[in-house]
Amino acid sequence: MEIDRQLLREMYYHMRRIRRFEETAEELYKRGTVVGLLHLYIGEEAVATGVCLALRDDDYITSTHRGHGHLLAKGGDPKRLLAELCGRVGGYCRGKGGSMHAADLSLGILGANGVVGGGFGIATGAALSAKMRRSGQVVACFFGDGAANQGLFMEVLNMAAIWKLPVIYVCENNGFGQYTRYEEATVTDQPIGARAAAFGLPTAQVDGNDVIAVYQAAIQAVQSARAGEGPSFIEARTYRLRGHHMGDVGFARRYRTKEELEEHLKQEPVGRFHRWLLEQQLLTEAEIEELEARIETELQEAIEFVNSSPVPDVSEIMEHIYA
Amino acid sequence: MPEMREITIVEALREALAEEMSRDPTVFLMGEDIGRANGVFNVTAGLQDEFGKERVIDTPISEAGFTGMGVGAALTGMRPVIEILFCDFMTLAMDQIVNQAAKLHYMTGGQAKVPLVIRTLMGAGRGAAAQHSQSLHAWVAHIPGLKVVMPSTPYDAKGLLKSAIRDDNPVVFFEDKMSYQVKGLVPVGEYTIPLGVADVKRVGGDVTFIATSSMVQVALAAAEMLAQEGISAEVVDPRTLKPLDKETILESVKKTGRVVIIDEGYLSYGVTAEIAAIIADEAFDYLDAPVKRLGAMDVPVPMVPVLEQATVPNAEQLVTTARSLFGRRY
Repeated sequence: MEIDRQLLREMYYHMRRIRRFEETAEELYKRGTVVGLLHLYIGEEAVATGVCLALRDDDYITSTHRGHGHLLAKGGDPKRLLAELCGRVGGYCRGKGGSMHAADLSLGILGANGVVGGGFGIATGAALSAKMRRSGQVVACFFGDGAANQGLFMEVLNMAAIWKLPVIYVCENNGFGQYTRYEEATVTDQPIGARAAAFGLPTAQVDGNDVIAVYQAAIQAVQSARAGEGPSFIEARTYRLRGHHMGDVGFARRYRTKEELEEHLKQEPVGRFHRWLLEQQLLTEAEIEELEARIETELQEAIEFVNSSPVPDVSEIMEHIYA
Repeated sequence: MPEMREITIVEALREALAEEMSRDPTVFLMGEDIGRANGVFNVTAGLQDEFGKERVIDTPISEAGFTGMGVGAALTGMRPVIEILFCDFMTLAMDQIVNQAAKLHYMTGGQAKVPLVIRTLMGAGRGAAAQHSQSLHAWVAHIPGLKVVMPSTPYDAKGLLKSAIRDDNPVVFFEDKMSYQVKGLVPVGEYTIPLGVADVKRVGGDVTFIATSSMVQVALAAAEMLAQEGISAEVVDPRTLKPLDKETILESVKKTGRVVIIDEGYLSYGVTAEIAAIIADEAFDYLDAPVKRLGAMDVPVPMVPVLEQATVPNAEQLVTTARSLFGRRY
């Protein structure tokens, strides 16, 4: 598969931007500016990037509680996302949803979700809708290894398969379901994809820290969905470099060793892609610096946007219960 | 005057579905056994023949899955009407109804709209036992973001279902299985009934019965019996629990000064308690007697009819309760 330099540049831009957005959010959380629950996507940037760049602008995604990366890679606005995390009226949801419910319906981003596996039905229903409307749209349903253990997963796999729905189930296996290790909560002598394969879905297992591998698997799944051939499944093996959420102290102290973290830091996707781009002489240092400067400017603007956006007035409480 | 004819609730519901599907290509139906089998209670009879398999979809027995899919389809331009065969099975789809459908509009700051109708059955009376006979409308009426409809006549069933389908919010529409064959006059032409408007089913001056769904017929029968004794009962049918037409309820209570609330949900923590609280709060000074409530007994619905029937309020109990509000006169 030919991947041109423009696309590589976009991949790096998105991955790096997600990383820096998350680091910014982490910093603002520690300062008390970001409020509520915060689940960081640090370490998993290649998955959202590889999948979303394989989508059309009018395609849909459903996201998770760890969803900032998905929203940004699908074209979401870092200003409005950061403002939402900080509970400001300029945020995507006017501060009513926060990190776990950020959505941009105008970009096909059907929402993060506070329930693990909560997006399965929505994604599969959006695929049914796309098929009924003959719109040619496809849906990428992001979920984690933890969500794969929800019963709803089996229900939607069956329905997507019998009705040949244009949906791609993207399992981000980041090694942990909440505070519990993947191998302690999930059968490992078969991959998670075996569950999808049992319903006849084509499945792929890719290195989720390799953005090109993710992108190539996604392109194939998207083509197949768009051609009316039905759903596919991708497992992207990655690693959560932070705790389940800010304030998960057990991650550092009880259920993940320092040695393990150090080992995984060597493989983290943003640095790895950076090194590869330079080694292969696909982008120059100067080009990368230019992208990084652009990202820093965007994040600075996002922080300024947050600072200029007030918290909602209490009179807004009862708005938006009913359409 | 519009031309009227007498039809059953089943026929009225089917007409509403067919008319809305003809009117709006985004309306489609999804549920267990609704297509090829015509629906377990025949509500969707003939609709798959008329509108095709793509718009009348027989689903696997996966309530959570197809309810969630209804949410996703509703978010993306469709108006799904899904059927959960018995409201007891709503328990399997509660995350989709309560955490997803109900809250998406709010959580997204008004961006998302979920024009989803969930039709489901309630009520005891068929010896179907504890997992096929409950009336769980209070569960969903408890949740902000949902609308809850419970019609009692063919006229209301048709007009309310059409409004529910056109509504931009998730609506849970409860149909009482024992009322399906209730007949009533329904206009031949197009009409809708707005959600949130109660209907006075019988005018009276001495006591108010606030009755929902299956209990409206019980209240009308009791009113008839009381009329023989010279007590004039008014029967108010809220028709929708969310939104609730408090004004009509309070107006009737203020007029009569006596009220019995009757509903087939479990008595404890239910619809009758909510309405009683509203009356106590907003019409206390008008009351001549304590607010009384009748509901299903707080017990899993037993199968054998002799026990089952005893769990649901009946007209005799309502008459006795009403009489007790008149002190020494009886």
